[in-house]
Amino acid sequence: MRLNKSRGYTAFLVLNHIILAILAVLCIFPILHVAALSLSSSTAASSGKVVLFPVEFNLKSYTFVMQNNDFLRAFGVSVLRVALGVPINVLMTIIVAYPLSRKKSQFRAKTFFTWFFLITMLFGGGLIPWYMIIRETGLLDSIWALVIPNAIPVFSVILLMNYFRDIPAEFEEAAYMDGAGHWTILWKIFLPISTPTLATVTLFSLITHWNSWFDGLILMNSPTNYPLQSYMQTIIINIDPTRITQRDLDLLKLVNEKTTKSAQILIAMIPIICVYPFLQKYFTTGLVLGGIKG
Amino acid sequence: MQARGKERFKRELPLYIMLFPAVIIMLIYSYGPMIGNVIAFQRFLPGKGLFGSPFVGLDNFAYMLKMPNIWNVLYNTIFIAFMKMVMGIVVPVTVALLLNEVISSAFKRIVQTIIYLPYFLSWVILSGILITILSPSDGIVNQILGSIGIKPIFFLGDARIFPYTIVVTDIWKNFGFGTIVYLSALTSIDPTLYESAVIDGANRWQQTKHITLPGISTTVVLLSVLSMGNILNAGFEQIFNLYSPIVYSTGDIIDTLVYRTGMQNYQFGVATAVGLMKSIVAFIMIALSNQLARKTAGYRVL
Repeated sequence: MRLNKSRGYTAFLVLNHIILAILAVLCIFPILHVAALSLSSSTAASSGKVVLFPVEFNLKSYTFVMQNNDFLRAFGVSVLRVALGVPINVLMTIIVAYPLSRKKSQFRAKTFFTWFFLITMLFGGGLIPWYMIIRETGLLDSIWALVIPNAIPVFSVILLMNYFRDIPAEFEEAAYMDGAGHWTILWKIFLPISTPTLATVTLFSLITHWNSWFDGLILMNSPTNYPLQSYMQTIIINIDPTRITQRDLDLLKLVNEKTTKSAQILIAMIPIICVYPFLQKYFTTGLVLGGIKG
Repeated sequence: MQARGKERFKRELPLYIMLFPAVIIMLIYSYGPMIGNVIAFQRFLPGKGLFGSPFVGLDNFAYMLKMPNIWNVLYNTIFIAFMKMVMGIVVPVTVALLLNEVISSAFKRIVQTIIYLPYFLSWVILSGILITILSPSDGIVNQILGSIGIKPIFFLGDARIFPYTIVVTDIWKNFGFGTIVYLSALTSIDPTLYESAVIDGANRWQQTKHITLPGISTTVVLLSVLSMGNILNAGFEQIFNLYSPIVYSTGDIIDTLVYRTGMQNYQFGVATAVGLMKSIVAFIMIALSNQLARKTAGYRVL
């Protein structure tokens, strides 16, 4: 088809492969290096012998992290957050996208409500008022502060709304003739044929909830309520000396700080790595095709 | 007429019921903060709440303009955001064009899989990794540089280098996603165009110049125009995790300033005023860029 073999072209092809291979290596190298650090002995890690492969392989830093109650508790908070937040996000996306996907003849207030949701994407309230409202409504320090204020992912709503709108009208007309109401049409007809977009919406919500750390950091008064990423922010990035106990100090003598940090980073990555194949499959097509409508 | 209106309402009622919970939540947690911006005009006392605090007119805005670092922070924000915008187009388009020339689909897939991964990791995780590898004393990057005779570079602690570290690490996280967006634009180009170009004797470079580039130009224009709405978003999550007081002169941005002023120094009124100015400018930029996108590429949100 595009065959055109000159010597210059062959040289280009070789060079192209080399450039792309180097690029890929540069991208993955930092992650592999940290993985290697987490599996190396503390002396090897601190003396700078570790590059891409573990030196003096051992699992000490992982067993150390697994004995750390703060880490485990934070992991639990994150799991709870995902378990509550994702179903709420998906349910809200479905029941908001459906009315907005109706034709104007079926739902007169459609334009009004569409703008009602869209405006929140264009104009944000700002950090301080947002914090004050959550404080005034009494959600501070509760898991619901991480779930309720962002219960409606507007971008996902638009994605699913566009998908619903493209479903041919014959589908629902037949059901409508049989006396089916909106709930039946949504649940029995629309949802079963929307699984790819629902997968995108679910993954989007999963990633957002797992990765969020800033809300946990400022909305939780007590560090024991921090989700994992907020906890990691305080111990890896902003080391707060008041939160290090004598027990931690004693244990740190046995295992190196560098290897334990690396182990925590790796453990926090595991859920993302597990869903990564699905992310690759559903994220791109869903986002590109649904978000940008030409 | 009345009966028909009633019947119509009955038919639409389930739709209102579906919207009801979301509308309540949005009113409180999205529209509430918009109204909460009155704090910008108050000497806000948390004990007295939103409506009990005394109003002080534009005092907070006047204070904001007198803050010694405000113009510097604005400059840093725009400088970093603009560099990210430009690189956020150049790098993914280039990589997508290079990947498009790869014949082996296995190689293509491996490269895509690797470069896309950082996009899904949080800035806490990525910053943890970056702080480890960029450390001037025992980070692997400086070890490698040292082995070829380069003195340790303080990537995160040198104010002259910090903004560039931010841009490069931002590319690391995000260019995989952009590349895949542009790749899908490339694959939608009609293959018969290339066939007829080959018959006309066009070489690869001519094909790229006359078919491939014009083929993705709409997507490029659209995404660049839309990214203009982010001119004041230099990336709070990233900078918050990577900066330190040593690099405030070049790395402090509007969002980090708002955070420190409000959440650490409890100057709620001033912080809200700065945040409100940012929201207004961002809103204007987004509205303008959407308008422009509609004109240039026929883009519509709805």
